[in-house]
Parts: sequence; C-alpha cells; structure tokens
Amino acid sequence: MHELALSRAIVEAARRHAGGRRVTAVHVKLGALRQAVPGSLSFYFEVVAAESECAGARLELEQVAALLRCVECGREWDPEPAPLAEHEEALPPLPSFRCPACGGAGEELAGNELEVAWIEVEERAATGR
Amino acid sequence: MHRTKIRVAEDALDANQTIARANREDFDRAGVAVVNLMSAPGAGKTTLLERAIEGLDGLRVGVLEGDVQGSIDADRIARLHVPVTQLNTDPGFGGECHLDANMVRSALPEVPLGGIDLLAIENVGNLVCPAEFRVGEDARAMVCAVTEGEDKPLKYPLMFRACELIVVNKTDLLPHLEFDLDRLLANIETVNPAAAVLTTSARSGEGVDAWREWLAGVAGRRPAR
Repeated sequence: MHELALSRAIVEAARRHAGGRRVTAVHVKLGALRQAVPGSLSFYFEVVAAESECAGARLELEQVAALLRCVECGREWDPEPAPLAEHEEALPPLPSFRCPACGGAGEELAGNELEVAWIEVEERAATGR
Repeated sequence: MHRTKIRVAEDALDANQTIARANREDFDRAGVAVVNLMSAPGAGKTTLLERAIEGLDGLRVGVLEGDVQGSIDADRIARLHVPVTQLNTDPGFGGECHLDANMVRSALPEVPLGGIDLLAIENVGNLVCPAEFRVGEDARAMVCAVTEGEDKPLKYPLMFRACELIVVNKTDLLPHLEFDLDRLLANIETVNPAAAVLTTSARSGEGVDAWREWLAGVAGRRPAR
C-alpha cells in the first residue's frame, strides 16, 4: 500500500536528474525487504509520472533478493520464501529473519534497495527545437 | 532527437532524508529529543501518550499529532496542558497515510521547540508507509495491540524491523481473547531480535512506568543545552 508514496519519490528523483529533459525510462533497483509490489509500483508510477517530465516513461524494475548474514556464525541466507504461483491460493509462507543454522540475528547485506539506478532522457535537437 | 542514459544511483528517498536531516538539526539546536511513534490504527498510541505524559514529571513533553483528518487526538492531548500541534495530511480528499520529513518540517514553526525536552510525533495509524519515511527522529517506536493477532510481525516485517521499541498494548484484554502472547513475542524476536519489547495496558496502567522510563531514556540521549 505504500507504492504510491514510493512512486512519487522515484519520479521526483528522476526529475531532479533530468534537468528539464523528457524522461523516457527509469531503472529502479527494488529490494525484497522494501515490501513493495512491483505491479502496484508500476501502476502508480504511470499515474504519478503523467503529470511530469516522466510522462509515458518506462519503469524498469530490477528486483534484488534479500540477503542476510548471521552475526553469530556468518551464514548467509535469503529470508524471503519462494513466492506462490499466481494460481495458488494458500497463504504465502513466512519470511525467516533468524539464521537457519544457529538461530542468530541477521544483518542486511541486500534487499533494502529502493535505488534509482539510471534514467534515460531525450536530448533536445541542437537547434533548440 | 537522441536518447541519453544518465547514471543516478540515488536512493529514491534521498530527498526525504535530506529534509529529515534538516529537521534533526533544528531538534539538535533546540536540545529536543524526538520519538516517532507508529502503529496500526487503534492500537493505543494516543492513550499511551496520555498515560506517559500524566506521569512524566520534570520532563517537558510536546506532541505532534499526525492524522489524515481532524484533531480528535490532539484535543485529547491538549487536555493534559502540554503543547500539541495538529498535522493533517489531507489537503482535500484522500490524504497521505503517513508523515514524511517535509510534512513534519512544515509543522515545525508551530511546535514550541524552545519550551520542550521531548517531542512525541504520533504518526498516522498505518503499519506500512510510515516505516519508509524518517522524519528526523532520535528513536522509532511502535505499538502493537494484542487484539491485532500474533502474526503481525511476520506480515509487516518492514515496520517491526524499523523500530527499536515495540510496545505490546491492551494486555488487560488478554483474558477475553484467544491470543498467545508468547507466540507474538517469539515472532517479534524472529523479525527484529534487537528490538526492546514492553507489554502494557494503557487502561489498567500495567507496564506504563516502563514505557515512561523508555521515553525519559530517549530524552536523556540528548546532551543538555
């Protein structure tokens, strides 16, 4: 449900770097721990972008899996369970933030990204038109 | 017309972070410690603040009330004769479901920072969006009522991991609920092993002293002006 707010932040970051040029694509690294639903993010991005230089821009989402490292034993693991297929209706399995080997706490190595990695802009013609 | 790729490599929330740092500098200058208090709607944030304020002698508390609409909570706090500022996120219909650094910044001129030691920011009731937006606070705390179910930490890990204190409230209702408190505590442990946990009943007063002590502790992190 926070995809609208995140979309606004993405569009704002893209605009700041576009320098007034029309933005045709925005590439975002999205970590799994941010709990943002990609489809929802794309939907809101289109709505928010429509009123800016990003209107019609393509949103490329690069999903980054979460990776935790146990502070006790050093084991690394992905806390995110495999997602259910679309047709499955059971409740999704739960994430595990405890080390599967020793039960220790995990520090986040990856998965917290909400990074605008690059944007693509249209350069104006040399004549300025 | 040709297209150019521009490397950005910037956190999308950088703009919010920049404003949060500006808020933080204002709080630092005034020597005010700030707690960002979050929860789902109806978990008991306002009541817990009321109970804390009633007994926090010697500490001057101010409250910034974030709500989509209205001033019901701010009116409650104002009865305790502490400075309270209402911050509505709704400019018309359908306001923001969280506070961000800029909204807090816009309200700061109304907050008497010079006359308080601790500012409690009561965020909009929501277990998702507020976790994303820092506002310049020293500490983030959340309230989770026992009526919400044991699985909340597993369903909203973003929020439970964002907070250093988790207050499990409404324990007076436990005899009436099929609720496994140990399972909730174990789930909190699983999701955020570093969090401090308090069990409270704002109604009966159970655990309220510890909640007050935690708030005083946050205020104590500020060097005196």
